[in-house]
Amino acid sequence: MSAPNNTIAVAMSGGVDSSTVAALLKAEGYELVGLTMQLWNQRRLAGHAGIPEQVRGRCCSIDDVYDARRVAEDLGIPYYVVNQQDRFERDVVRPFVKEYLAGRTPIPCSLCNDHLKFDQLLITARQIGADRIATGHYARNEYDPGRNRWILKRPADASKDQTYFLFGLTQQQLSRTLFPLGGYTKPRVREIAAELGLASANKPDSQEICFIPGGDYKKFIDAYLDEQGEAMPDSSGELVSTSGEVIGQHHGIHNFTIGQRKGLGVESPTALYVIQIAGSTSEKANQVKVGSEDDLMQSTLHARRLNWVSIPELHGEMRVKIKIRHRHEPAWATIRMIDTELLAQFDHPQRAVTPGQASVFYDGDEVIGGGWIV
Amino acid sequence: MDANATTSLSPEVFEAMRPYMLENFGNPSSIHYQGRQAHAAVEQGRGRVAALLNCDRSEIVFTGGGTEGDNLAIFGLMRPGDHLITSTIEHHAVLHTAEHLQRRGIEVTFLPVGGGGANDSNACRVDPDDLRRAIQPNTRLISIMMANNETGTIQAVEEIGKLAAEAEVYFHTDAVQAAGKLTIDVGRIGCDLLTIAGHKMYGPQGVGALYVRRGTPLEPLFFGGAHERQRRAGTENVAGIVGLGTAAELAAAATDPGAPFNPSFGLSALAKLRDRLENGILARIEDSGVNAGNAPRVPNTTNLWFDHVDGEALFIALDLKGLAVSGGSACASGAAEPSHVLTAMGLPKDRAKASLRYSLTQDSTEKEVDAAIELTTAAVGRLREIAPAYA
Repeated sequence: MSAPNNTIAVAMSGGVDSSTVAALLKAEGYELVGLTMQLWNQRRLAGHAGIPEQVRGRCCSIDDVYDARRVAEDLGIPYYVVNQQDRFERDVVRPFVKEYLAGRTPIPCSLCNDHLKFDQLLITARQIGADRIATGHYARNEYDPGRNRWILKRPADASKDQTYFLFGLTQQQLSRTLFPLGGYTKPRVREIAAELGLASANKPDSQEICFIPGGDYKKFIDAYLDEQGEAMPDSSGELVSTSGEVIGQHHGIHNFTIGQRKGLGVESPTALYVIQIAGSTSEKANQVKVGSEDDLMQSTLHARRLNWVSIPELHGEMRVKIKIRHRHEPAWATIRMIDTELLAQFDHPQRAVTPGQASVFYDGDEVIGGGWIV
Repeated sequence: MDANATTSLSPEVFEAMRPYMLENFGNPSSIHYQGRQAHAAVEQGRGRVAALLNCDRSEIVFTGGGTEGDNLAIFGLMRPGDHLITSTIEHHAVLHTAEHLQRRGIEVTFLPVGGGGANDSNACRVDPDDLRRAIQPNTRLISIMMANNETGTIQAVEEIGKLAAEAEVYFHTDAVQAAGKLTIDVGRIGCDLLTIAGHKMYGPQGVGALYVRRGTPLEPLFFGGAHERQRRAGTENVAGIVGLGTAAELAAAATDPGAPFNPSFGLSALAKLRDRLENGILARIEDSGVNAGNAPRVPNTTNLWFDHVDGEALFIALDLKGLAVSGGSACASGAAEPSHVLTAMGLPKDRAKASLRYSLTQDSTEKEVDAAIELTTAAVGRLREIAPAYA
C-alpha cells in the first residue's frame, strides 16, 4: 500500500474507550469519520421464549448511539450509523448458535472482529475515503521492516489485553488499523476522557456478550430459534463417567461447556465437571462425559483454521506460550503442524481445553498466531 | 440536494416572521391590544393558507407540522369498529398511526402500489380500482398521500376523491410533499382533510396546517383550550403561522393554477433540472436507473438505484464530499433500513438499499446538478472498485 491518507474511520461504540480514541486522533490532526455499526436489534427477540417484552441490552442500544453521536458532535467530526445487521446475523449470530448446538463453546467477539470490525468496516471505511480505521481495542500493532511484517503486541495495560480476540487479523488488516489505546492504561484512558469532558467518560465497561443482555446464552438460543421458526434440535443424551458408566440423562448438549460444574443434575460425593461433549454427528452422539477436576487437565491441544501474524507460516517445532481462553495465563508449549492441523504439547497439563475457543500463541508480548481449538 | 427532507427558509418568510419573534409577543387568546395584534397575524396567515388550498379560512387548523396533521386527521375520525384504508407507501406519520390503530383493534387495509418496472406508469401509485374493491360498509376514512416523499409519484387523488364521495367515506390526503410543487385545490381533489407542513415549502419547521372540510366531525388530539375552534388546544405558534402564511402565498404564486395535475410540469425549470440530473447520471453510471421514473412525479424529485453498491457507504461518501441526499429511512438508532416505499414497489432488498433520493429546491442550479453528477459518478466508481463483489 502506498502511504495511507490522513482520513481515519473511528469505530465508535458510545463507550469510553472508542470515544477517547476519537479525541486522541482528533488532537493529532487526523481527519476523522465516526462510524457505529448497528449489529443487532435488542428489541428483536422481545416476547420470544422467555425474553421479556421490555428487553434492555447494551449493544447497539439507542442510548449508546446517542452517546457516540454526542461525542462526535462535541469533537466536530462527521458521524454515521451503518446498518450491518444482516452480516452480523450471518457471520456471528448464526455460527454462534450453531457452535453451541454442536456442543462447542464459541467466541462471538472474535467472529465479529474478523467479519465485521476488520473486514466489513474496513471496506466501508475505504469506500468512503478513509484508508484506515481506528478502534478502542487494547492492543498494539507496528510494522517491523526486518521481518517485513505487521506485528500484533500486547498492550501496556496487561489487565485489558484484547489480543486474544485479534489473532485472526491479516497483514493487510493490521496495516490499515490503528489501536491508539495500546500504550495507555485503562485508568489513564478514563482520566483523559474526564479531562476532555467526553460524554462517555463515566460509562461502565461492557463485559457480557453484546447481543445477549444479561449473558444468558441458553435463553438467547431458545428465543432465536423460536423467532426463526426452527425447532430446538434434540441433543439430549447420556451423562457418563470417565469409565463410560451412564450416570444420568441431560436435556441438550448446548447446556454444557467444558469445565462446567453446576447444573449437571447428578448427585456425587465429589465435585464433578464436564470434561468432554460429543457433538450430535459424532459416534457417541450427544454424550456428555463428566469427571473429577484432575480429569479436566489436558497436555495437548489441536487447532484448525490458523492465522499467522508474526511469522509467514510454521515450519518444524516452535516454543510458544499459549492462551486458551480470554482469562487464561499463557502456558508454555511446543507447537507443530500435522497436515493442516496444529498440535500443541503443553509443558504442564492445562485445565479445560475447550473446543470452539481460540488458542493464541505468544512470544513474549508478540502474537505469533492462533487457531480454533477442535 | 435533499429538499424533500426540509427546504431552506425563504428570506421573505423570515422577514415576515421577524417582528413576531422580536417585537410582538402577544398571545392570540388575550383580549388586550397585544393579543389582538397576534390574533390578527394568525388570522392573516390562516387566510393565506386557505387561499393556497382554495378553501374557507375557517377550515384551516394550524398544527405543529405534518406529522401532527396526519395524526389529527386519522385519530380525529377513527372510532372503534371503523375500517381505515391507506397505502403501503404512506409517510410513517400515516403508516405508523394506522399500524398503531390496528394493534388497538381497528380494521386497516394497506393498499399495494404498482411495481418497479421501468416502463410502468403506475409504479409507486395506488390503483383506484384496488381502492374501490377495498371499501366496506364500515369504512370510515381513506388516507392516501398526494405525492410520495421518496419517489415523488403523484397519486390519483381526484379519482380517489370521487370514489370516496360516492361511497360516503371521508378522504384525507397527506399533501406535505405536494405543497409548493403542485396546485392544490381541495374542491377538485374532493378531500375532507389535507395535511401540509411549513418546512417542505420554504416555510419554518414546527408548523403546519390541516384542512378540515366544514362539517367533518373531527375529535381533537389535544385538550386544554378553545384554540383553533376547539380542534387543537394550545397557544398558537404565532411567528410560525405568520411564516407558514407567507410561504403559502409564495407557493400559490409558484404553482400554476391553470394546470393542476398537469404532466406539463415536465416543462418547468425544476423538472428540466431534475431530468438533467437523471440523464447525466444514467449516461455515466452503468447498472443504474430511476425508481418509478415513468410515473407522473412532482418536478423536483428523483430516486435512483445503483446496482453492485453498498447504498449506505455511497450515502456517506457523498455526504463527506458535501452532497446531501437521502437513503432509505432511518431506524431509531439512525441506521438506514431499506425504504418501505421501494420495497412496497417490489424492489429486491439489495436494490432498495442501494437507492438514493435526490430532491431539488427552487434555488438549485445547473452547476449544482452537474457537480452532483460528477460526485455520484466518482463515488459509485470508487465503491465498485474497492468491493466489486459486494452483495
